[in-house]
Amino acid sequence: MAMVWFCLIALMIAIYVLLDGFDLGAGAIHLLVAKTDAERRQVLASIGPVWDGNEVWLLAAGGTLYFAFPQLYASAFSGFYLPLMIVLWLLILRGIAIEFRSHVHSLVWEPVWDFLFCASSLLLAVFYGAALANVVRGVPLDGSGYFFEPLWTNFRLGAETGILDWYTILVGVLALIALVMHGSLWVQMKTTGAVNHRAGHLGGAAFWVVIALTVVVTIVSFSVQPQIKTNFARWPLGLVFPVLAIAGAAGVKLFMKKDERNAFLSSCVYLAGMLTSAVFGVYPMVLPARDGEYSLTIDTAKTGAYGLKMGLIWWVIGMVLATGYFVFVYRSFAGKVGLTSPEDSHGD
Amino acid sequence: MNPALDVHRLHFAFTITFHYIFPQLTMGLALLLVYLKTKALLTGDEHYNRAARFWARIFGINFAVGVVTGIPMEFQFGTNWAEFSKAAGGVIGQTLAMEGVFSFFLESSFLGLFLYGEKKLGRIGHWWAAVLVFVGSWLSGYLIVATDAWMQHPTGYSIAANGAIELTSFWGLLLNKWAVWQYAHTMIGAVQTGCFVMAAVGAFYLLTKRDEAYGRTFVKAGVLVGVVASLLQLFPTGDIQGKLLAEYQQPTLAAMEGLFESQQNAPVAILGQPDMEKRRLDNPLEIPGMLSFLTYKKWTAHVKGLDSFPEDLWPDRIPLLYYSYHVMVGLGTIFIAVQLMAALLCWRKRLYESRWMLWVLMLCVPLPYIANTAGWITAEVGRQPWLIYGLMRTAHGASPRVGAGNAWFTLIGFMGLYSVLAILWCFLMGREIHLGPEPVAHPHGGTAPATAD
Repeated sequence: MAMVWFCLIALMIAIYVLLDGFDLGAGAIHLLVAKTDAERRQVLASIGPVWDGNEVWLLAAGGTLYFAFPQLYASAFSGFYLPLMIVLWLLILRGIAIEFRSHVHSLVWEPVWDFLFCASSLLLAVFYGAALANVVRGVPLDGSGYFFEPLWTNFRLGAETGILDWYTILVGVLALIALVMHGSLWVQMKTTGAVNHRAGHLGGAAFWVVIALTVVVTIVSFSVQPQIKTNFARWPLGLVFPVLAIAGAAGVKLFMKKDERNAFLSSCVYLAGMLTSAVFGVYPMVLPARDGEYSLTIDTAKTGAYGLKMGLIWWVIGMVLATGYFVFVYRSFAGKVGLTSPEDSHGD
Repeated sequence: MNPALDVHRLHFAFTITFHYIFPQLTMGLALLLVYLKTKALLTGDEHYNRAARFWARIFGINFAVGVVTGIPMEFQFGTNWAEFSKAAGGVIGQTLAMEGVFSFFLESSFLGLFLYGEKKLGRIGHWWAAVLVFVGSWLSGYLIVATDAWMQHPTGYSIAANGAIELTSFWGLLLNKWAVWQYAHTMIGAVQTGCFVMAAVGAFYLLTKRDEAYGRTFVKAGVLVGVVASLLQLFPTGDIQGKLLAEYQQPTLAAMEGLFESQQNAPVAILGQPDMEKRRLDNPLEIPGMLSFLTYKKWTAHVKGLDSFPEDLWPDRIPLLYYSYHVMVGLGTIFIAVQLMAALLCWRKRLYESRWMLWVLMLCVPLPYIANTAGWITAEVGRQPWLIYGLMRTAHGASPRVGAGNAWFTLIGFMGLYSVLAILWCFLMGREIHLGPEPVAHPHGGTAPATAD
């Protein structure tokens, strides 16, 4: 039963990364691909109706993690105290930047929100990557089941790790560039005109950086977390996850210039493959410790069987409903976004 | 004891108090928006649709701030209260996760459609969008209140061998009687905020002789719904909460009322200052026997005072608890008087010309916010010294490895960020009210309309 929840939470986090990933990517490239006010509104309109719903996947995944694996939630959230708080501040800034920008039309109003939207999205992508890298690398858990990591120590992978070291920064940069690619492909798919062209170019440039960094990070990760090698040796079927990532990357290259929709979907496959590879690599640990014996595993972190069973019932019902809403909303706002004047885009 | 405990408490208190400014308005307005949209649908009068659009803009601003300040709440259980989360996550994680899965998806999906999709959805579709936003936000309220109610009055659990609290009855958690009544009381409080804000904006338009047709609609909606809400706030919802306290949280009830000594004929103190050294109420203005009557339906009933309980079971901030309770009840009483008076004038068809009444309605606008905040302080400070009543003390719930220095760092960060949010909120709200229901070339709505071509 706990295994089911482990997979479901991994699925929810993956959905969050795929969906909010394109919002963050769109934000990160906002200032680069959109030069005029009308173009910037075009980028925002491409995510406007959906970004809030996408962000809900983070909350739903967090809540689900909370009740299914309380020990993991408690250890990880208090141990990653500082980066999580910074993530919260960035989420606040991004949220109000998107929502408040449109309320006033002025040369001293919109640029502020454009900048904050871009900067917060960019930093969020880096922090998410670094957070994932922290989990892969392992944290200084001890016998109490708790740890606390400062933002950085000496940037090395020693005994006293910080949130940021050379490995986590490397993965953070990969996350940023991967989401830049992902966001570019989304914006390209959802827009027309100059923004569409610039996003396409940017996505193409990001692609090669993503490939190069993916290779480097993959090689390095095997030495940072020995469990990865053990797992792939033990269950060769797990190779399906990295193969998924490779197929996704190939798809991005293949469809890039021809089929905007499939290029974006390929990017989703790439991200999903990378994430599941990482999760598979550390299994059955959910939070590896630097000192292996203190690692949190699925079994040590789970809650009682009754709660897990009841949760599964409402979770399935809730997810069917949520999927229904998402299909409805994405359909309602299907198609490309053109350039409009502020008055045209008035909701009335 | 954890030396950072007070910082963690302040951290949660500050972020939740600021956060709740926004949902109390949006939950109240969600109901009033359904009222306006229903009126529009039934009468076919475009006036109500324009009125609804105006309030939808106000709703949008408040919803956005509510969402961004709400996300930190879910995270803080883990970041600042790890011991509590580790012990109780298997239970309260259920309701928190259900909030995400059942209400946030619903709200976020249909709010976008409600705010920007009126043309696409058509009249009936747009009415449905309003209803679903209402359902989503009120469901969210229930699941959060059920979480808090479990901490006030834990049900449906057992304690496992490793000390973790595990769920044993899903419906015991979800249909906790404490949750049902606390929810009713909380939501009616939110409706009161919505009503007073709507009536105040209407009164402002009537007093300044602009947009008067809308002014009348807003004042009428605010007063008609508001008068019902103000009465329900007292009875039965407030009354039953008091009785639940008398049954399950006796030291809390004694501290709220400032009742230091157990007595028959226990009075209700209207005014007075708790003197914690002499253990009495200074300068008391009391109604004898009233507390006995309210609690046990008998004027002579014996009510336990604080002296009946060991001091380590007393709430640890009695003056704060006493004052927040008295502020809540005092304001609730004022709301009944104001709303009844306004409803009477409305019935006699003199409300829109009674400038003094319009002044009162306009100036009342901060009061429901204060009353709702004071109510929550009463509930949460009243729960002390327990984090989960009878099961876990607050002193044992904080994160063991997050030091005071780091907690202060993030608390100060939140204070700074929220100050900026507050200023922006005031600016945008003032601007929307100034632009009014029929703005000329209103610039709102740029991000989301996604004019497909």
